[in-house]
Amino acid sequence: MFDAVFGFLYQFGDAFAFLVLCATGLAVIFGMMWVINLAHGEFIMCGAYVTVTAARAGLPLALAILCGAVVAGLVGILVERLVIRHLYGRPLDTIVATWGISLIAAQGTLIVLGPGLPGISTPLGSISAGGLSYSVYRLVLMATALAILAALYLVFNRTRFGILARATIQVPHMAEALGVDTRLIYSLTFGLGAALAGATGGLYAPTMTMVPTMGAQFIMEAFVTVVVGGADVFLGTAPAGAVLGLVKAAMTSWQGQLFGQIGLLIAVIVVIRVLPRGISGFLLRERS
Amino acid sequence: MSEELLLSVHGLRAGYGGKPVLQGIDMDVREGEIVAVIGRNGVGKSTLMKALIGLLPADAGSIQLRGQAIGALAAHRRARLGIGYVPQGRDVFPRMTVEENLLVAGTGDLGRIYALLPILRERRRQVAGTLSGGQQQMLAIGRVLVGEPSLLLLDEPSEGIQPSIVQDIARIIVELNRDGGPTIMFVEQNIDMIRAMAQRCYVMDKGRVVAELAPEALEDRDIVRRYLAV
Repeated sequence: MFDAVFGFLYQFGDAFAFLVLCATGLAVIFGMMWVINLAHGEFIMCGAYVTVTAARAGLPLALAILCGAVVAGLVGILVERLVIRHLYGRPLDTIVATWGISLIAAQGTLIVLGPGLPGISTPLGSISAGGLSYSVYRLVLMATALAILAALYLVFNRTRFGILARATIQVPHMAEALGVDTRLIYSLTFGLGAALAGATGGLYAPTMTMVPTMGAQFIMEAFVTVVVGGADVFLGTAPAGAVLGLVKAAMTSWQGQLFGQIGLLIAVIVVIRVLPRGISGFLLRERS
Repeated sequence: MSEELLLSVHGLRAGYGGKPVLQGIDMDVREGEIVAVIGRNGVGKSTLMKALIGLLPADAGSIQLRGQAIGALAAHRRARLGIGYVPQGRDVFPRMTVEENLLVAGTGDLGRIYALLPILRERRRQVAGTLSGGQQQMLAIGRVLVGEPSLLLLDEPSEGIQPSIVQDIARIIVELNRDGGPTIMFVEQNIDMIRAMAQRCYVMDKGRVVAELAPEALEDRDIVRRYLAV
């Protein structure tokens, strides 16, 4: 009995961590700037590539992941300055532009770095319970997902940047008139979203094969979670990760991986039919 | 009172999408003054305020603050140079608390603001979107004062607020100005508020300044009918 419960909780925690980590970067950029970033997967790939390269050069994994996040964040700021900045208030144009960036980044990586990089092995070994073995690293990922949510909450509610960023999303012209450099805030917010994507890539790099198109393996879960959660990272992404994690874990332990994915898609269809503005849209309306 | 020129506007033109609204505005505001901008609906009063703070780009003309040309600067740069703006409709940040709203404008001493507007201290943990119209106006004024502006632009401070509070707001602004606070330029339709606050009135019509009046002139019903009646 204990083994079955532990097994299910592990499945659930693993799905929750993956959904939340996939989605936070996308959710920050969508929730704060209403930009739908189709290049999200390539920021994840960028973080993973940098992490693997740094780790193979001898850096401890945690530091290598940090490098991945920082590089992806800087690339994000560059992309915002060069492309996204000129497209605010034009959501469809932003989708096309970020899709273009996504294709260029994936194909460019293929041309420059070839079809793959040698990976790194999953650290920390495994523990066994009831005859099955569980990866310790995946338990670390669960804790990391919670830690990133907590850190984001603190950033947006307890720091100067957070206050200015929330003011800028709520009434941009008024923030500007009060002396807030809103263009800088948009740049930094996009950079933060890209850095979160990079961290996700770095965190999952030891569990994956390094190929230029690896971003695609994250993008479905990322969009599903943001669509279900709505525009608010804390009221949306976290509960959406929990609900979808439960669905995925239940379906996977019942019928396997494929049914886990099918379960996710069905859950999305049901949720957007019932709550068109996602979980956070529903919660915010109830509260006000 | 110092006679130094604070704001100087010459030939200012601005509009929306090629449609001109301001058609060559000239005005001068000296340090310490309280100046009203009056006129009928649609003559460009709010547009003038937006062009001065920089939310609307000027098509032509010059704006100088203490002799420095600011007409090409972004709004946040003008704010940091000392222009404060309280828009029509107040534009508080609705999903932030009163205190967070104040902190957007600067990290200065909020005690001063709370002493001036005690209601804000009482409500400092309340979400701004749930305040009444009058309280939101107090918040918008308190918020702009955190940045210690030298020139305060107020767009229809009486709009949508009950008469007793209009008098409170007028009194607070006049006292603030008298005690060494900001120079004030405000757009207003409410005759009582204009008379309670203004030392001088610019009258606008069709995107231009067409007259300059003493507030006492507003006791003349012919003048009111000519410049203000719809």
